[in-house]
Amino acid sequence: MKQIKLSKIFFWLLLAVMTVIYLGPFLFSVSISFNAEGDVFSWPIKLLPEKWTLNNYKEAWEGLPFSTWLRNSAIITAVQTICNVFFASLAGFAFARLDFPGKNIIFSIFMASLMVPGIILLVPKFIILNEFGMINTYGGLIVPGLVSVVNIFLMKQFFETVPKDLEEAALIDGCSYFRIYWQIFLPVSKPALAAVAIYTFQGAWNEFMWPVIVSTTSDMFTLPVGMSFLKNEFSVNWPILMSGTIMISLPTLVIFLVFQRYFVEGVASSGLKE
Amino acid sequence: MAKVELKHIKKVYDNKVTAIADANVVIEDKEFAVLVGPSGCGKSTMLRMIAGLEEISGGDLLIDGERVNDLSPKDRDIAMVFQNYALYPHMTVFDNMAFGLKLRKFPKDEIKKRVEHAAGILGLTDFLHRRPKAMSGGQRQRVAIGRAIVRQPKVFLFDEPLSNLDAKLRVQMRMEIKQLHKKLDATMIYVTHDQIEAMTMGNKIVVLKDGDVQQVDKPMTLYNDPANHFVGSFIGSPAMNFLKGNIEKSDRLYFKSDSISFSIPENIEEQVSTLAGKAVTLGFRPESIYDHDYEDRAQLTEKNAITIDVTEPVGAETFVYFTAGETELCMRSSSGLIYENNQEINIGFDVSRLYFFDPESGKRLV
Repeated sequence: MKQIKLSKIFFWLLLAVMTVIYLGPFLFSVSISFNAEGDVFSWPIKLLPEKWTLNNYKEAWEGLPFSTWLRNSAIITAVQTICNVFFASLAGFAFARLDFPGKNIIFSIFMASLMVPGIILLVPKFIILNEFGMINTYGGLIVPGLVSVVNIFLMKQFFETVPKDLEEAALIDGCSYFRIYWQIFLPVSKPALAAVAIYTFQGAWNEFMWPVIVSTTSDMFTLPVGMSFLKNEFSVNWPILMSGTIMISLPTLVIFLVFQRYFVEGVASSGLKE
Repeated sequence: MAKVELKHIKKVYDNKVTAIADANVVIEDKEFAVLVGPSGCGKSTMLRMIAGLEEISGGDLLIDGERVNDLSPKDRDIAMVFQNYALYPHMTVFDNMAFGLKLRKFPKDEIKKRVEHAAGILGLTDFLHRRPKAMSGGQRQRVAIGRAIVRQPKVFLFDEPLSNLDAKLRVQMRMEIKQLHKKLDATMIYVTHDQIEAMTMGNKIVVLKDGDVQQVDKPMTLYNDPANHFVGSFIGSPAMNFLKGNIEKSDRLYFKSDSISFSIPENIEEQVSTLAGKAVTLGFRPESIYDHDYEDRAQLTEKNAITIDVTEPVGAETFVYFTAGETELCMRSSSGLIYENNQEINIGFDVSRLYFFDPESGKRLV
């Protein structure tokens, strides 16, 4: 009995430490975002602002082209998320359920491409998009992220767990393969689709490297790129940077809260014998 | 009207494994045919080929005289009930049943009429708006059957539909499916590995082993007149007894094994005489063995003394196990006599129920 209790205490302690490590900086940035600029560097450090102010948020929203960057980020993220969910599930379905020549070879090539570090591809991607005249356009920002091998792999793995009987029952009921994908496989794959959607959303929303390379004028910046310009060589306006950062992180939080139940729900295969 | 014919049907998988060598089966209109055999015998493969889920490697499959080898499942006008039910988990019972009709663009009120009719037959009327998740195994299987019924297909296919249900429910569903067959008057093909299910449900049984059709017959014909050693051993519970021995000829014909011997009765003497001097496997059902001291029937063979190993009283009858030489044999006694372990009794065989098989090929000789 005593041993169990000890391990429990250790477990809670570990959780508490981890929570502080992750939550601490976030709460501190929340605190800073409500602080007047001068107070940030006062000593000793004040964990809570002496005078709460919303000025930083106002300034970030009005002083910067925040709404333009928000629009850019929203468009890019929405298109990439929708396309990833659609293309990854479509390709995953094909790899998991259809028989076509070269299936295994193509899939191996896809997998092998994961071993190439993304950073190596920045220059070739830039050159290619430049040839197409897509630098500093939505196309240039969006197209390279329309589909991801990791998502295809994820969907393939998930679709392989869907019992073959379901597919065959649908075939006998008169479904085409596209309809099986659309009306049977997609609805039973909500957890996997939610995972792909959340990962893609988060990745696209927070993406910094590619947008900073492809966008050359402020009107094509995304939020993370725009925010980075608050830091210049000699000074950083911390309160405004932090208020911007907090605003950026809100959508991710909301999306996660909305979709997390699909993570928990597990596989919806209850029409079959467990 | 739906007659299903398999003509020289062959199934060879890519890795050159032959699942079905050369199957010839005719299933008449409105027949309830059961494909039965041990696992791996090719019965499910055969059903799936009829359904169109498995490609046919050779031969012709005819439904109503029309060759359907190259038709996709949806164009064969068949419906199938799966072992795992295969219900769409995200749809209600109503939608599960209606799905096939919707895809075939039936008018809405016709769909409603058919689904409600099927639900009425299967006792699902109160469950139409439930999801499969909220139903028991037996109810789910009814939904799966309902999904087949509403389509009003030419042929119903069942792939071991009861093997996920518990024993009691299985017996109940067995009767329900049988009654359904009577009510719908449709052609049904049913796959099972359970010979009791096969015997009780089918009016034609196809016995398969290692991809070969062993025998196609009515249930009782299979039981009373097995074509070979395998069919004899597979149909019936407890299984048929087998005894290796020789047919010897002296003053008359004798069956001789290391422990049990008797003279061949006159009525089959002429047929058996061709086997004189040959090794045979004798087959006889447990109920063809009698206690010679109590049953003085004219058609019994000579007495053979045996010692009982184990008895299993099951109520109306008692199974008596004993060893003859190295072979374990079973006698089914319904005489009400009480037997003890290690008791010595004299047994005789019902001469009208003896089967002689070729010990090599297993073929029935007499």
